[in-house]
Amino acid sequence: MHDPHKDPHLDELSGVSTTGHEWDGIKELNNPLPRWWVVSFYACIVWALVYTVFYPAWPLLTSATTGVLGYSSRADVRSELAAAEAARSGYVAAIKAADMQQILADETLRTVATAAGSAAFKVNCIQCHGSGAQGSKGFPNLNDDDWLWGGTPEQILTTIAHGVRAPEDADTHVSEMPAFGDILKPDEIASVATFVADLSNGTGFPEETAPGAQIFAQNCASCHGDRGEGNQEMGAPNLADSLSLLVDGEEAIAAQIRAPKHGVMPAWGGRLGDVTVKELAAYVYSLGGGK
Amino acid sequence: MLEKMDIERLDAEAVNSQKRRQVLYAPRKKIFPKRASGGFRRFKWLIMAITLGIYYLVPWLRWDRGGYAPDQAVLIDIANRRFYFFFIEIWPQEFFYVAGLLVMAGLGLFLLTSTVGRAWCGYTCPQTVWVDLFLVVERAIEGDRNARIKLDKESYSPRKLVLRTTKHVIWLLIAVATGGAWIFYFADAPTLLVDVFTGQAEIVAYSTIAFLTATTYIFGGLMREQVCTYMCPWPRIQAAMLDEASLTVTYNDWRGEPRSRHAKKSAAQGAVVGDCVDCNACVAVCPMGIDIRDGQQLECITCALCIDACDGVMDKLGRERGLISYTTLNDYNANMALATAGGTQPIDPARVRTPDGKLAATLRHISLASFLRLRTLLYAALWSLVGIGLVYALVTRDRLDVNVLHDRNPQFVMLSDGSVRNGYTLKILNMIAKPRVMAVRIEGLPQSSAAIAGMEAQSDGSFLVPVEPDRLRSLKVFVTQPRHVADEQVQTFRFVIEDTEGPETKTYTATFQAPGGSK
Repeated sequence: MHDPHKDPHLDELSGVSTTGHEWDGIKELNNPLPRWWVVSFYACIVWALVYTVFYPAWPLLTSATTGVLGYSSRADVRSELAAAEAARSGYVAAIKAADMQQILADETLRTVATAAGSAAFKVNCIQCHGSGAQGSKGFPNLNDDDWLWGGTPEQILTTIAHGVRAPEDADTHVSEMPAFGDILKPDEIASVATFVADLSNGTGFPEETAPGAQIFAQNCASCHGDRGEGNQEMGAPNLADSLSLLVDGEEAIAAQIRAPKHGVMPAWGGRLGDVTVKELAAYVYSLGGGK
Repeated sequence: MLEKMDIERLDAEAVNSQKRRQVLYAPRKKIFPKRASGGFRRFKWLIMAITLGIYYLVPWLRWDRGGYAPDQAVLIDIANRRFYFFFIEIWPQEFFYVAGLLVMAGLGLFLLTSTVGRAWCGYTCPQTVWVDLFLVVERAIEGDRNARIKLDKESYSPRKLVLRTTKHVIWLLIAVATGGAWIFYFADAPTLLVDVFTGQAEIVAYSTIAFLTATTYIFGGLMREQVCTYMCPWPRIQAAMLDEASLTVTYNDWRGEPRSRHAKKSAAQGAVVGDCVDCNACVAVCPMGIDIRDGQQLECITCALCIDACDGVMDKLGRERGLISYTTLNDYNANMALATAGGTQPIDPARVRTPDGKLAATLRHISLASFLRLRTLLYAALWSLVGIGLVYALVTRDRLDVNVLHDRNPQFVMLSDGSVRNGYTLKILNMIAKPRVMAVRIEGLPQSSAAIAGMEAQSDGSFLVPVEPDRLRSLKVFVTQPRHVADEQVQTFRFVIEDTEGPETKTYTATFQAPGGSK
């Protein structure tokens, strides 16, 4: 095939023809590509052409060819989401039909609701209550057993669904502590602040003769209770326990008495729907402080 | 003389012989291995029967595990992340047993190679076994070497078409069965068999069958020796594994050379002649298509079929067997030195024979001593050490385990009565195929109490937790301690998990966090 007399490009050493190109005395051997390689190469080209017919491929000015199969990755996502939805639908229906006690009593429902509630909590609640539901100044810690509006599963559900002082919800929790700066004299406020600070120092309820006891009984006990135990009907905090949501120290207590601050929380029932709110309640209850 | 002795001279040439070496990218030279017969061939049939038998039959063995776990003796249950091997069940965290087995396989390969050379390649490698199987089919349909060469040269006739089609169809059936057998290791074999044939099996089962069918057919039927020569790394690695005391298939040219096709005539003319009559039987039977007389070479898988072929010829010639034999390089060199008078002379087979024509007693042969050397003993010791370690770990392993995750966010919670609460996720692993009830309690945390959602504490403060067979149970545990006790920032205590019906107990040391420093 490579007759040295006929092939001017033959490489003497290897007996293989060269391409005829020469760079500074270096020539390139014209070895054939392995046949399997060439076949794979052409097969890839054929595959690419076939692919462009069946799948979205060629870019147009504002869109792209859709391909005869009509494949779309967005449609894939939609169908996968629909499949996930369908897989969950049994649980969702069961949670929708059950009340809180039934959900918590059923191990499967409780597990599903708690997991779903945990996910919903991370999207909607952690902005105020923190990622571990640990709260912060003015935003209640949901892990502990101190509840403003009640810690039973049903009370938690009501609070989440209707919110606190949420103007958009007619059934929301509403209460307002008067600004005692307009009612009491500064020295009265100072003495009742001392009294309230002493409530939670662990020594029990002070004597009736203690300074401020009289003022407390007349002005505060109607909402916060005779012994400062609070009232969850109107969201009046327990003043006698060791936990305090807003304030620490007599100065801060006095300031709260003069011009109280009130927390607000949106009503989530309308935004998230019945099922998600139940799941959230199950999750919050699972944190360990529920009654 | 050859005609008289009824020895067929075969027109066979090694594919890699020096004079046929060619440029890269040359098309493959076809090899038509002739059927060999002899001791090594019989041994290879036996190995083939055993290895194929293991591969195809093991998934069908049953093993009673009491109803709570699959009854398949060997099962890799990927969906549930369990591996069953007869009486052993392995969880994913115990995968080190498999790693240990792989270490043993590696060391075993070192041991085997340093003593008996590439025995793995020649006898038990799946590539070798399946190529052997495919060759059986080829011989049965197309005939032995000469018939196959003739058929290959023929242009296509109806007969050739039928023979070739039959061969490839049977190859494909074997390939499908090979791919099909593989999937039975991963699911209940009888159920899966029905599912596969009724189209109910998972897509991954079918794609696995298709993939392994393709690899079996291509590697075993079409590529054969090229897989060993070009694709497999082991021939390259073995160079570092072999030493001068390892057995290799060797052509003993110290008694074979100078080879002669006309031994008697040459001898009569006074020429020196060796035992090799150049009949090419060793080349014709070689599945790698090489000539062992060219010396040790990368392509040789030491299947020893050339030994069988040559021994047959030597028997007919009335010479001693072993012109081609398993020999160490040490022995070969010693014998070669004898034949060449210490390397000073050309080979003269007369030097290795006594005057009456027997092989000299000074020749060296395989001895047990050549196997026992520091290197092989070290390999054997390491291999046994890993093996003993694995067995010890297996015998003493726990079938009850517990993991405790301390809540990090928040680390602790202050309660309204002034006490401190910590949350833990307790994971109890019941690693046997039997339901068990575990008693869970805490120890070493003064005045503390534990609570588990949905469970009542016993009078001693412990909880009875049923755990399903072969399952993990996750529990949320709240531990509470009064504030005045929880003075230190970090206290350590123990979770104790006891099997209520068995002896197993597991403790886990956890920490209890408190704000600390303010009684």
